[in-house]
Amino acid sequence: MENNSVYVAGDNVITSLGFTTDETIRKIKNNNIGFKVCNDRSLTPAPIPLSLVDSYQLDELFQRTVEIFRPDNRNTRYTRMEKFFILSIFDATNELPAEIFGTKTQLIISTTKGNIDLLEEEKKVLYEPERIYLWRLAEVIRQFFNFENRPLIVSNACISGILALSIASRMIQSGRCENAVVSGGDIISEFVVSGFTSFQALSPEPCKPFDISRNGLSLGEGCGTMVLTSSTQRFSATNIRIAGSASSNDANHISGPSRTGEELAMAIQKTMHEAAFEPTEINYISAHGTATLYNDEMESKALVLAGLQNVPVNSLKGYFGHTLGGAGLIESVITMRSALDNMLFRSAGFSVLGVPENINVIQQHTPATVDTCLKIASGFGGCNAAIIFHKEKSTH
Amino acid sequence: MKDNLLLTHWCMIRNNQLVIDNKIDVVTENISNFAGFLKALYKKEQLSYPKFYKMDSLSKTGFLTSEKLIKESNVLDHYRKEEIGIIIFNSSASLDTDTAYQKTIQDKSSYFPSPSVFVYTLPNILVGEICIRHKIKGENAFLVSEKFDAEMILDNVASLMESGRVQACLCGWVEVLGEKYESLLFLVENASQVFEKDNKPSLHKTFTINNLNNIYYTKGD
Repeated sequence: MENNSVYVAGDNVITSLGFTTDETIRKIKNNNIGFKVCNDRSLTPAPIPLSLVDSYQLDELFQRTVEIFRPDNRNTRYTRMEKFFILSIFDATNELPAEIFGTKTQLIISTTKGNIDLLEEEKKVLYEPERIYLWRLAEVIRQFFNFENRPLIVSNACISGILALSIASRMIQSGRCENAVVSGGDIISEFVVSGFTSFQALSPEPCKPFDISRNGLSLGEGCGTMVLTSSTQRFSATNIRIAGSASSNDANHISGPSRTGEELAMAIQKTMHEAAFEPTEINYISAHGTATLYNDEMESKALVLAGLQNVPVNSLKGYFGHTLGGAGLIESVITMRSALDNMLFRSAGFSVLGVPENINVIQQHTPATVDTCLKIASGFGGCNAAIIFHKEKSTH
Repeated sequence: MKDNLLLTHWCMIRNNQLVIDNKIDVVTENISNFAGFLKALYKKEQLSYPKFYKMDSLSKTGFLTSEKLIKESNVLDHYRKEEIGIIIFNSSASLDTDTAYQKTIQDKSSYFPSPSVFVYTLPNILVGEICIRHKIKGENAFLVSEKFDAEMILDNVASLMESGRVQACLCGWVEVLGEKYESLLFLVENASQVFEKDNKPSLHKTFTINNLNNIYYTKGD
């Protein structure tokens, strides 16, 4: 059996903070927060903080990109979701040779709801009926870039992004492909806002992960992309490697997390085992940290069970909210930048610890040696996922 | 060393029938609609699991398929709960319930979004339901492809099994949209494990694209 190493060769993040990873990191370093109170009745019946990508900037950047890259498509109509994915993949692959779209690459799309806004009567009429299907969304993206292989779509609630990276690295490790372009995103829609509102899960103010006064999650929209490869020379990859990953299920409740955190801890332990790292070797944890009462409690318990209570941890959702199918990719890219920049980012929205276990939440941006990072996620359906990124000492 | 993977059991629900391995186990005639069929099948199988009635059609269909497959294969007797993985594909994700949920928010004069409907607007809830029923805690994924795609199923399940993260995998296809439905779940195991237990080896097939397609395209019609 082959066992190829998997490296990151390209990345992008699109959130309310910006359209590139650099822009997003710069805003995070300046402690900028992406939430605004939204009064748009087409999205929410009551004012609520949301982290929205600016539509004017999105359309302008998209038009420019189409003119440069696919002028033949200038009259094609794309959905808001498709614009996110196309811009994100375009930026992440921009400096790579064109063979990244070739036969040795698997495109993987992670999303929970895709083009869900096309269920709205006014938008439905603008597109062919199939456009609501996730495979159709992925096919539109495939065609834009002329990816040769048919795409794979992961739709597994809030762990979709980590799971997509996990599946990609498994396929590269086993030699089924050499490269993967993994892109995850979701848009904010009335559908999603009303659903989380009905669960009484939304915070009236920007979310405060792990804080004593946290009062629910805040929704965000966005997209993140990672290009993975085993051909490090050809695609001038970074020295960031996916060292291990795993998923698990609580087998407890479809909409509430485990009471004990045992199953998330199990996924973390399997991941550390596969990556061959001890808990003491983990330098940083990027938690799921949605800021709901029960998620953050459960995560704190899982970290203790996995022997990670002293490791610096943050949730990035205080900057740009819970981006659902995008979260795993967006937060993994920022985690990778923490390693490359040797910088631990403050957990925005946090001031006083309010979870049962005494975990080490990052209170200020702190320079530190960050070689080995753990990213975790949990979601509806009782699913948990974990992945470890490791920075190798030497470049290729 | 690479172990050979075997399809040891499969269960299909299609055309008002349930087929387990090679035999048609249930024929439910005179059923006027899909919901009626699911209910009749639940009763016929003598299941006692009140949560079934709260599920959406996608979860009910996948649940009934997995119940039969798990019972017939005795998979739970042979593996630890965290060694069993579940990978399910379909075409329309949760569109069936998405459409029902959208109706509850479309009209502002009858705006009534419900959390018990909204939660089923994620297709992986089906995987969660199967896990809850049997306390299965291993790797899980819900994936989407336009049609039943044997190659994608094989690639994903085989790479997971080869990684050693699971010893057995429940996998396949559960598609539901309106009155159209079809469900086909397979149990995939490592050959070396299978030969240690007495498990009707005459039914076993190697885990190949051809064998997946043969079962999908020919059985139960």
